[in-house]
Order: sequence, then C-alpha cells, then structure tokens
Amino acid sequence: MTAAVGIREVTKRFGTDVTAVDNVSLDIVDGEFFSLLGPSGCGKTTMLRMIAGLEFPTEGSIQIFGEELALRPPNKRPVNTVFQSYALFPHMTVEKNVAFGLEMRKVGKAETTERVARAIEAVHMKGMEKRKPNQLSGGQQQRVALARALVNRPKVLLLDEPLGALDLKLRQAMQIELKDIQAEVGITFIYVTHDQEEALTMSNRIGVMQDGELLQVGTPEEIYERPVNRFVAEFIGETNFVDGTATEEDRVRLTDGTVVHAISDAPTGTDVTLTLRPEKIQIHTRGATDINPERNQISATITRQLYYGESLYYELKISGGELLDARLENIPSLRRWDVGSEVTISFHREAAEALTS
Amino acid sequence: MSVQQGTAHRPWVDRLLSVSGWLVFAFLYLPIAILVIYSFSNNRIVGIWGGFTWRWYDRMIHNPEMMGALWNSAKVALISTIFATVLGTMAGIALDRYRKWLGKQAFDVIMYLPVIIPEVTMGAMLLIWFTQVLPISLSIWTIVLGHIAFSTSFVAIIVRARLANLDDSLEEAAMDLYANRWTTFRRVTLPLIMPGVMGGALLALTLSLDDVIITEFVQGPGASLLPVYVFGLIKKQVTPEINAVSTLMLAVSMVLVFISLGFQARSKSGGSNKEA
Amino acid sequence: MTMLDDRPSEEANPELEKKAERAEGWRGFFIALPTYAYLVVFFVLPLLIIVVFSFAERSRTGKPVLGEWTLEWWIKLGEPLVRTVAIRSVWLAFLNTAICLLIGYPFAYWIATRKSAITRNFLLVLVLIPFWSNFLVRTYAWRTLLDSNGLITKVGEWTGLWGKMLFTEPAVFLGLVYGYLPFMVLPLYAAIEHLDWNLVEAARDLYAGAWKAFRKVTLPLSKPGIIAGSILVFIPSLGAYVTPDLLGGAKTTLLGNYIVTQFKSGRNWPFGATLSVTILAVMMVATIIYFRKGGKTL
Repeated sequence: MTAAVGIREVTKRFGTDVTAVDNVSLDIVDGEFFSLLGPSGCGKTTMLRMIAGLEFPTEGSIQIFGEELALRPPNKRPVNTVFQSYALFPHMTVEKNVAFGLEMRKVGKAETTERVARAIEAVHMKGMEKRKPNQLSGGQQQRVALARALVNRPKVLLLDEPLGALDLKLRQAMQIELKDIQAEVGITFIYVTHDQEEALTMSNRIGVMQDGELLQVGTPEEIYERPVNRFVAEFIGETNFVDGTATEEDRVRLTDGTVVHAISDAPTGTDVTLTLRPEKIQIHTRGATDINPERNQISATITRQLYYGESLYYELKISGGELLDARLENIPSLRRWDVGSEVTISFHREAAEALTS
Repeated sequence: MSVQQGTAHRPWVDRLLSVSGWLVFAFLYLPIAILVIYSFSNNRIVGIWGGFTWRWYDRMIHNPEMMGALWNSAKVALISTIFATVLGTMAGIALDRYRKWLGKQAFDVIMYLPVIIPEVTMGAMLLIWFTQVLPISLSIWTIVLGHIAFSTSFVAIIVRARLANLDDSLEEAAMDLYANRWTTFRRVTLPLIMPGVMGGALLALTLSLDDVIITEFVQGPGASLLPVYVFGLIKKQVTPEINAVSTLMLAVSMVLVFISLGFQARSKSGGSNKEA
Repeated sequence: MTMLDDRPSEEANPELEKKAERAEGWRGFFIALPTYAYLVVFFVLPLLIIVVFSFAERSRTGKPVLGEWTLEWWIKLGEPLVRTVAIRSVWLAFLNTAICLLIGYPFAYWIATRKSAITRNFLLVLVLIPFWSNFLVRTYAWRTLLDSNGLITKVGEWTGLWGKMLFTEPAVFLGLVYGYLPFMVLPLYAAIEHLDWNLVEAARDLYAGAWKAFRKVTLPLSKPGIIAGSILVFIPSLGAYVTPDLLGGAKTTLLGNYIVTQFKSGRNWPFGATLSVTILAVMMVATIIYFRKGGKTL
C-alpha cells in the first residue's frame, strides 16, 4: 500500500548554518492520526510546512499518495492546513472564510453553499455564519479554521499546534472533538505539538523530533515504554535515570555494584543509563520477604515526601547515591513513609530499560 | 484602548497638568480661531472688526488668479498622490515581504532619505536637476515630479509598517486554500493593508497641498499653486481675502483629518489579528 | 515562502532551492523597480549632482558653470555673515526643539494618562487637527496677531510689557514653536500611551516616590517618543523657510531663506548648492549625535 505521505531523506537548511530538518524519512499511513512531537525549534513545524508547500525542501522527496510534490506550490497540493494562529481572514465572515478554498477551486455555487453549510454544522458553528473572526472566541475561531480546511476534502489535514492558544479546559474538550472529527472524516491528520500528553492521548503514532532529527517513530505505548534514548525518555513523561554498565544480556551493574535485571541489548561492558518511570517503583519495608521474585530490589532511604492528592511522591536515595522519584497512587491501603525511613524499593525486570545514548 | 492603570497622580499634579494642557490647546487654537473670525470682518484691516460679511469669500471666488492656483493645487495634489500611493505601496511590499533582492539594502536607505532631508535641500537639488541637467522646462509637471519624489517615501513607510503587523500566515492560508499569488494579493493582502494605503495617500495629499518650499523652487512661470500664491500675497500685503482663502484651506485639512480618522477606526475594527 | 512554480514531479535538491530563492528575489526586485528607478532619477542623482555643483563656477546670470571648478563657495561658508545666519539657524532650531519638548512632554503625558479612552481620543483629535492643518495658514495666523493691529500687540501695549513683535527674532521663535509643537506631541503621546503602567506601579511598590518613579521608569521608557519628536521638530526648523520669511522679515534671515535667496535675487546657484549640502550634513550629524547621546544619557 502506498503511504498517505511519504517523506524520503528530506533536509531543510536556512542559510548556510541552520539545519531545521536533517535527513528525515517517514511514512504516514492513510487514515492515521500522526503527531510530530518535540520542543520548540526542533523542526517539526518546518517539516509540516514542507508538506503544506509553504516551505521548499533543500533536499529530498515528499510524496502524497505516491505523487511527488516536494516542489509544488501550496495552492496545487491536495492538503490543507489549520494554522497555529488560525489565520482566519479578518475581513471576511465565517461563511466567506470557509468558502474561500472552494471558490478558488471554482466549485459551483450550489455545491459550495451546501458544502460550506455542512462543514459549519460539523464543527457546531451553525448560526455564526455571518460573524467576523474578531467576534468569535478562541475556541470558535479554532472550529472555523478546522471547517475551512476540511470543507475542501483534503487528502491530508495538517495541524500546526492548533490548540496551543486555548486554555486547559477548552483544550481538553477540543482534543476529544478533534479525535471524533478525524474518525468521522477518516482522512490522515498530521498534528504538530510540543505537548507530550496531547500527543499521547490523540495519536495513532508519534514521531519525536529534536534538533531537526527524527529520533523515534512509534505508537504512544512504544514511545512511552520503550524510548530509544535519554532525550525521548525525558521529553515524554517523567523518568529516573540511573547510570550503570551492561554485564550480560538484560543485566546491568549499578555504580554500587548491585546487578539488576533490565531490558538491554547493549554489549557487555558498555556504559548505559537505566530509565525507570516513577510510577513503576514500589516501596517496601527494609527486609520484606513478600516481594515478587520477578522484581529487582534496591535499598534506599526516603529523602522527601510530597502530597499531590491523587498520588504521593517520594524522593529516594539509593545506595549508589542517585536520587530517584517514585510516584504511588493514593489508594486507601497505601502505606505512608516518613522522611529518613530505610526502605527497599522494587521494580519489574521489564520496567527499566538500558539506554546507550 | 483600555483604561489606563497605574496613572494615579496626586490631585494638585493632576490639576496642574490639566490647566497647562488646556492652556496649550488655547495656544494651538486661538490664532486659528482669530484668523477665521477676521475672514468674516467687514474691514480692510485685519485685526479691526467691521461687522459680519461674506465679501472676502466672494472676492476670493471671483479672483481668477486665486482660482487658477487652487485648480493647479488640486491637480498636482491628486496626480502626485495617485503616483506616490502606487509607487509607495509597491516599495513597501518589496521591502517587507521579500527577504532578499538585488540592491535592497541601498533601497532601504534611499527610501528613508526623502523623509529626513530638509525641504530647501530637496527643492534646490531638484531645481538644479531639472534646469541644468535634464532638458525639462519648469512647469506644473516638474512640481508633480517633485511632490511624488518626497511623498512616495511616506506612503512606503506607512504601508510597510502595516504589512509588518500583518500576520504572514494569513497569506499562507490563502495559498494553502488554492489561491495563487495574484489572487492572494488581491483578496487577502490588499484589503488588509488598505487602511495603511489610504492613510499614506491622505498623508501624500496633505503634504502636496501644504508644500511651499519645493514648489517655489520648481514651479514654472505662471503656474503657481495655491499655497505659494497665497504666500506671495501675504508678503505683499495682508488682506481679509487671505483670511478667507486660509479658512478654506483649513476646512480642507479638517476634512482630511476626519477622513483619516475614519480609516483608522475601520482598520481597528477589522484589522490584523496578529495578537490572537 | 520560497517555491518554484510548475515543477510538478521532481525531488528537491539544493540547486533547485537556490533557483527558487533567486526567482523570489527577482520578484521582489521587480516590484520595487518602478519606485527604485523613480527615486534614483528624481532623488539620488539630483542629490549627487548638487554636491558636484557646489564646486562649480558661477556664470553671469548666477547659474553654475560645469567644467570650471572652484572651492570658492565652500570657503565662503566661513564669512561672518554666513556664520551669523548659520549659528542663528542652528540655535533657533535647537531652542525650538527644547521648548517643544518642554511644553510637549507634560502635555502629551496629560493626554495619555486620561482615564477614559473616549477622553484620550477626543484630546488626540484636537492635537491631530493642527498637525494636519496647512502650515502656511497656521503661520499666517501669527502674522496678523503680531502686527500693529494684532491682539498680541494690543495686549502687550496695554500691559506695557512688549510692543510690536512682528519681524523680530522672538516672533520667528514663537512661530516655530507654534508650527512644530504638534510634531513633538504626537510621537510623545504614542510612546507614553503604549507604556506598561504596571512598571510604574511596580516602581511605586518598590518604594519609589511619584517623581522618582516618573524619572526612573516613565521618562526612560518614553525615550523613543522623545527621540522621534525631537528629530521631527529639529529637521524642519533647521531648514525653516516660511516662518522666518513671514514673521522675521529681512533682519532675521535663517538658512532656509538664505538658500532660497541664492537661487532667486542672490543669483548664486553654486553657493546655494553649497549651503544646501551643508544644511543636509548638519542635519545628518545632529541626528546621528542625538541617537548616540540619547542611547546613553536617558
């Protein structure tokens, strides 16, 4: 099957010394909700703009359903964009904004009217057709921008941090709505965001970018559970890092000599970093005997305790000297520990992963 | 515009500011008011009230030289404004919307010079240029050429500022929605910078109608403009007829002020949504 | 946005990108070209030519003669009469700028700090009207006020404080302040109006008195307005022509009239050219110094 969007060895340089996108290759499957995730300046927006045709790659190929259009201007591409600032034309009404693309493509009057009405209805903006953008709230502008893009029935919809300007509540509501709309229209969404939670909850797959490079592509689970390097592990969710050396397969020796089980394919003797999510750690009384043998055990001291309501955070000092964070769900039977308590912590063999970079 | 916060002054400071403020307004307006009043005075000597009359306006209308100069002024102002607006708008677009082009840096400097150059220098250099270098004889058209040369820059600066405040993504959105360059310009860019373009045009019009110095340098024989003609009259002898024509010129300025305010108000309500 | 039209199915490579950038550059160039050409022909070349002509000999009719060069006109700048006129012009322009700033700042501050937007806008319109009004007409208004029958003269005679001021230096000065005050007020207003007043409140919170807060926060932050306003006043007052001609008469010639005279009754175009170049140079130096100094002292 041809990919909805096929990106081959695409590089974008600005001037001579800024490489915004560095040799990225990526296939985006038809109908998927794909997120490009990364901190600001990582090249994700440039990547999106190249797919939209607003930027011209320095090198490489961009295909949409097998058709090469790396060099094609934006008005001749079967994609539409929802801009970060919405970019609604301030001098046109909602209706005129939504009809703009159809008008440019010389779609007939009757069909235009019908499609515009349907698109406005689909984003729940019925009754606001005659308003100007500055008479709308941020959320409403967002919906109009979405309708204005979708009414053209693009093969791929590009969204550049579309929820960034909304407040938290509205953003969460719009996330769900966006997901629903995507399921309904069934087209490919490429979604640029720096918000890892947004990417995890909405996407079928995520591509994590840093400094112009595509570090990892995978489902939200893969990205969260099996990050390929320190950057991805740290950028997505919270994590602990513990230094060590790979001994044999799936074994790592920590700095104090303790050997723990972890997912590792690093050759024996290489320096690795273990990544261990705070919620995967359990705390036991020192010398507890009822710990599952599948779990690694390390001695630790409680150094700090924070109450978060739905959870409790403990900062722990392990024997090697590193500080770890543990997050325990606040369930009724939860045992509370005082600062200074000598405890044993445990985590499953497959909860920790050894990273070589 | 919102209510100004953090500007609480002690009462006596506030009173002092208010009193001096109104005094400044009195300073700005009293001379004009007196000028207007004496245009209706039935006395040849300006400064001595002689009862109400329309006489001086009547004389003004029936003074063929004055009306000729008025007509010339209107012609020059209109033609130079049209050219300055088109040229200035194009320059503003090239400077703001195109990152790099041949000679852009030099153009950027050249563009600002006419704004800061003293008018006498401008007038003198154009006079020498027209009479000593180019084979052009001075006429109403040399005035037009001169007026375009200085007002184009003002238009360009205003249009450029307007463009700089216009979110690029609006034009990108238009292209993303299948509009080509020209359609994007016509349907999105131009309507959105229109308040700037019109503001620039009004400024060009005002500059042309106000100019005395450059016109004095480059006018041809017998083709004077109203301000220069009036200037000559004042130097000869002050008469209420001058007050009458001055009142007319003030009225034109006022109309232009209110038109420009109208454009500004419109640009605020339908303007850029960059802050959004 | 750079792109290449009509290359539908090719992969990108650096050469094509360069080509697209160049095409975009040419587009910008061609859009600017008409204005560029116009300004070169009717501004840049005349500006260069006037410098050349300041070294030309004078013909019997006063016109410049090319081909015979002289430094006479540049040396003439040192003559006492020319020096007097130049010093008077610079001094008046400087004084005018200072007084306009002194009157204009509290005035603009007063308008900008009115609580309601309606009041502010109304007062602003009252400033805009004289700003846009015909300069000649506004100067003429003072001519009649300062003449023997004028109101100001009458008041002066009645109080015994002053007599007829027309055709004196104070009259020119008064006319300059009146003429250019709005040019000072508008940029000042814009700067003060846009000020973040939270900063002033923060200063007050940090134990600054009202005056200290103004000195340390408001004034420095309105510096761009002060610079813009000063330049807008200084440049035209240095080349003032209408004001000294109408209110000063022959006794208070300023550079502006002096230059015009060279081209008319004075019949000395090359010297007029020299003076024109000089005034331009003075103005540029003043502007640059002001920007430099302004950056440090305020």
